[in-house]
Amino acid sequence: MPERGLPETIVPSPSFREHVQERSGENVCACYQCEKCTNGCPLAFSMDIVPHKVIRAVQLGLKEQVLTSDTIWICASCETCTTRCPNDIDIAHVMDCLRQTARSEGTKASQPQVAVFHDAFLASMRRFGRVHEGEMAVTYALKSGGLKGLLSLSGMGLDMFRKGKVKMLPHRPNREVKDIFRVTERKG
Amino acid sequence: MEVSIYPGCSLEGLAKAYGESIEAASKVLGVSFRELEDWTCCGSSSAHVTNDELAVALAARNLAIADRTGSDLVVPCAACFQRLKVAEKHLKAGKAVEGVPRYDGRFRIRTLPDFFLEDVGEAALRDKVKKPLTGLSVACYYGCLTLRPPKITDAKNPDNPKEMDRVLAALGADVKPWSFKADCCGGNLTLTRPDLHMKLTQRILDMAEEAGADCIAAACPMCHENLDSKQAEISRESGKTYAMPVFYFTELMGLAFGELDVQKWLGRHTVDPRPFLQGKGLL
Repeated sequence: MPERGLPETIVPSPSFREHVQERSGENVCACYQCEKCTNGCPLAFSMDIVPHKVIRAVQLGLKEQVLTSDTIWICASCETCTTRCPNDIDIAHVMDCLRQTARSEGTKASQPQVAVFHDAFLASMRRFGRVHEGEMAVTYALKSGGLKGLLSLSGMGLDMFRKGKVKMLPHRPNREVKDIFRVTERKG
Repeated sequence: MEVSIYPGCSLEGLAKAYGESIEAASKVLGVSFRELEDWTCCGSSSAHVTNDELAVALAARNLAIADRTGSDLVVPCAACFQRLKVAEKHLKAGKAVEGVPRYDGRFRIRTLPDFFLEDVGEAALRDKVKKPLTGLSVACYYGCLTLRPPKITDAKNPDNPKEMDRVLAALGADVKPWSFKADCCGGNLTLTRPDLHMKLTQRILDMAEEAGADCIAAACPMCHENLDSKQAEISRESGKTYAMPVFYFTELMGLAFGELDVQKWLGRHTVDPRPFLQGKGLL
């Protein structure tokens, strides 16, 4: 993925920065661009805006560039950046906040299949209280790639079935988990 | 010795061999793992992407159950461990969490290697060895989320953890020092960006080889699956042959303790480790 440059002329828009600071509780203004996050990031090679530039873009209020970036969906949440930041910015949490914002604002994910995966994962959790891997994988494959997606997964699925790695029946639904989803979604 | 365990969703499916070998190894050691009653998913990698409150509440529900048992909670999955620790920090800071009206938190959340090392101990582990893991050169892979970020995980040694190394060394394995113990395997990109996930995995396999290891030990369902299952595909794409056995460290414990079910667990792997172990005279 070629790295994307930021625009040459920028009119800072503080409202997006304020939104991110408030939603995440992280002080992104503390970043002085030391680049430790980017240097430690195992996925920086595949990002269009590397992590320290994402933070800079948030400082400058470049909302659209950030929310439409590949970076926020490629980040694997390994937390190396968070661990190494000398200014104690939980960068992985800022990435969470950016994904949450993209979702709540209906911004089209540049890596749509990642959003589909998280939806399938959460739907399984909500339905059964525990994630049923087989059901989750089938839902993901169908929603991200249709029948072709399902077919491409079938080889792996069959092999796992033969090795006894597929749990057959899902867990029974859990009322408390459904309540947690309902209440936190209403708030968040 | 009795202790609570939060198995996590993968232990009955993807990581069946892990669940089976945990049970067998703990039985030999006289440890009784009591499954947390009515546990539910920790929220894993998807809840925190969507909604912070949802993520904390899903994990915290399980901590509220553990709170009532009062005994330490062992967590054999890196992602579950970290999500439960995040919720613990919230609760201990007195923040309001949906569905958890009261929390005392008089127990610790532990990784499995840490539990075996600290509570069972090297001497007790050595005592039970019937077949020392002599000649096995192992690189121990801990997984990012048992370690990072240390202010959440309370990891003693986040860059160079030693717990699994010491457990396997006590069983006679030649444990290799290496610098990729805590590097990311791209776990949550397995289905969505297999290309990136395979690049990260390949690097870990290469580094284990460079360290002189002939196999890897893991302590997490996703870590194991990621390192084990894509090696044929990585070989095809890169032109270099990868066939490095990847074990759950509890399988190696079972092997050293002379457990008869080892063959069944290993039969669930993608890279079949049985010829490798036969070659070492261990099977």
